[in-house]
Amino acid sequence: NSSILIPSPPLSSISNTITHKQTPKMPFKRYVEIGRVALVNYGKDYGKLVVIVDVVDQNRALVDAPDMVRGQMNFKRLTLTDITIDIPRVPKKKTLIEAMEKADVKNKWESSSWGRKLIVQKRRASLNDFDRFKLMLAKIKRSGVIKQELAKLKKENAS
Amino acid sequence: MAAKRKTPVKSRNPDLIRGVGKYSRSKMYHKRGLWAIKAKNGGVFPRHDPKPKAPAAAAEKPPKFYPAEDVKKPLLNKRKPKPTKLRASITPGTVLILLAGRFMGKRVVFLKQLPSGLLLVTGPFKINGVPLRRVNQSYVIATSTKVDISGVNVEKFDDKYFAKEVDKKKKKSEGEFFEAEKEDKKKLPEDKKEDQKSVDASLIKSIEGVPDLKAYLAARFSLKSGMKPHELVF
Repeated sequence: NSSILIPSPPLSSISNTITHKQTPKMPFKRYVEIGRVALVNYGKDYGKLVVIVDVVDQNRALVDAPDMVRGQMNFKRLTLTDITIDIPRVPKKKTLIEAMEKADVKNKWESSSWGRKLIVQKRRASLNDFDRFKLMLAKIKRSGVIKQELAKLKKENAS
Repeated sequence: MAAKRKTPVKSRNPDLIRGVGKYSRSKMYHKRGLWAIKAKNGGVFPRHDPKPKAPAAAAEKPPKFYPAEDVKKPLLNKRKPKPTKLRASITPGTVLILLAGRFMGKRVVFLKQLPSGLLLVTGPFKINGVPLRRVNQSYVIATSTKVDISGVNVEKFDDKYFAKEVDKKKKKSEGEFFEAEKEDKKKLPEDKKEDQKSVDASLIKSIEGVPDLKAYLAARFSLKSGMKPHELVF
């Protein structure tokens, strides 16, 4: 007869997420749910952003993206992101694309620090030999300017 | 033989079935105009006398030696070696990285492929000290950087240009053996220097048009820590 008190979530956190998120203080922040945007980290679609549209069983999700055929993927191949979109279970491709536009997934992703890091990594990997040379010159120039300022400050401090 | 026609004449006698023509012999005689040729020649088909043959070469002496067994003639070999297939990434004006030899690591401009298959390459000499030189395709990395090479005339360069000078044989007496073997280093002939200058003149102009390209060509390439060649994009 011990009653388990389940505190109701504060109003601000009520969204269309599944109600298992009941206790406000959970160690996990990103949950697998319908509409969760995830990054594929293994396999043929490596590096793509996909949306979880259904859960198959304990290990697999049905996953969809505007430029790919909807298919199952093991959770181990996915890394969850902070972005979710509002979709019914297994939406049509058109609905999915509209929902992604509405939630502005692309811009949210590309302005997030994670997304920006990936963009920078891709750019660095695609640098030409000439580009790497120009990059080296730019780095030297920048560090030269920084060292000058530093020297100025040191001089001011010393005097 | 009569002058060859520009295009081979299609038969005037189309096949009804393989082996059976549409027109009979007499009809074909008329179609080919043999009657007109005969008429032009006065009722007889024109006949050309065979050209007088040159008198047979002076009677050959019978050979001194006949081999006991039949001597086999070696098989005829008509193979003509082709120049090595040039990688698609190497086009005139590409910047190449030399991987071996005296100029290892130097970035160099590709001019053309010589008939032997080797690549003709130049520094330019003023920028990085690499002269007009031949280089093997296998010892080269092609970058995707291209230089405008339209002002350069490379027609006159081929493999014979780069052949070594042949020294006249000198008989050495015993005393001379112990003297200094070589007199002094061979001087580069003036016309080769002129060739270098003329090729490089327009090249350098187009190189200076691109910012940092001159310094890029002057620097050597080397692998630094963390660079993975199989992941690098050149």
